[in-house]
Amino acid sequence: MTPREQEFLDYVQSGGQVETDDWLPDDYRAKLIKFIEMHGNSELMGVLPEREWILRAPTLQRKLALTAKVQDEVGHSQLIYRVVEDLGKPREQCLDDLISGKSKFHNVFHYPTKTWGDVGVIAWLVDAAAIISQKALLKCSYAPYARIMKKICWEESFHILHGRDVILTMMLGTDEQRELVQEALDRWWGPLMQFHGNPIPREDDPMYVWRIKSQGNEEARQQFLDGYVPQIWELGLTVPDPKLRKREDGVWEYTEPDWDELKHVVTGHGPKTAERLELRRATREENAWVRRAVLAEAA
Amino acid sequence: MIYEVFRQERKGQAFAHAGSVEAPNEEFAEAYAREQYGRRGESTALWVVPREAVHEIDDFADELQKNYHRVDGYPLKEKLGKARELAARSPNGLSAGAG
Repeated sequence: MTPREQEFLDYVQSGGQVETDDWLPDDYRAKLIKFIEMHGNSELMGVLPEREWILRAPTLQRKLALTAKVQDEVGHSQLIYRVVEDLGKPREQCLDDLISGKSKFHNVFHYPTKTWGDVGVIAWLVDAAAIISQKALLKCSYAPYARIMKKICWEESFHILHGRDVILTMMLGTDEQRELVQEALDRWWGPLMQFHGNPIPREDDPMYVWRIKSQGNEEARQQFLDGYVPQIWELGLTVPDPKLRKREDGVWEYTEPDWDELKHVVTGHGPKTAERLELRRATREENAWVRRAVLAEAA
Repeated sequence: MIYEVFRQERKGQAFAHAGSVEAPNEEFAEAYAREQYGRRGESTALWVVPREAVHEIDDFADELQKNYHRVDGYPLKEKLGKARELAARSPNGLSAGAG
């Protein structure tokens, strides 16, 4: 590391923030692009499991809320890809790399949604897990990213409410509806526990070292468990992990998440990976004429 | 084209930078800005400005130490302490208007 890089590292580690036009170490820029691009990809791919339920939503109100959520998430991906573009990677290239499988997106968006219960669990718990990661980005050393996270976190708070409302409505319904929620929770618990990544010490995590993230993976998972397990239990739902318990010192113990599954899924081998990427590719191709028409008219 | 978007949260408040949108022309920039920064009633007005039109100035040299037009140019605490001490040592003297 050169003295200039060391000075930069000291600066961000002491809480300093940088702007697009500032000098950035190459490694920092590369890590930023990788991290932020994956976030943008995840917002964009994250709408696909929910999109499948717009036509099947149980009421008009739910249909409208779900449509609005999908619009929010696509909006987030636009904002996030804007940040990546200013760091030097064009949006079209991000989309190319997403579709070809070169870049990644979050594990939870590689799974199917079997019932309306899945939609509730995604909107409540997957979004809850995501907002914990996202809140830790409000202090990101790269200021343009930290700034857009404010708007994104604000909108995510609506999504959690929407999810909680869906779950509460079902829990107040019939036995069959309650079973749908429990089954969905059983399906999603594994991916949820893998979501924040393996528990490497934060000092060994380059994203923390550069202060792109402000917390370690295990800290995020503990925060998730602490915030949401009591909420799950109070509804009479069962978390499918016999080892799950809060120790006297406040730390949650749990069964080791399946890290092989996580790796397998995010490298493009999830149950829905190929199908969803194919949908992304096909719609991009179908819409190409719109972009051509607009750009030609503007030119 | 990149357009920078500024938003005003309430009437009377200053516009603050909100973010940027990429659009082929002003018409699309306006549509994207409305969707990104106005659809939940979070703004009373937006300014949509081509990025090139924003001129940033970030070098504020002060070679002449012109601290007399800044608050930190007036370190009164020490002087005030001395003045109080002086006044305390001469209880009958100096009070303007006493004579």
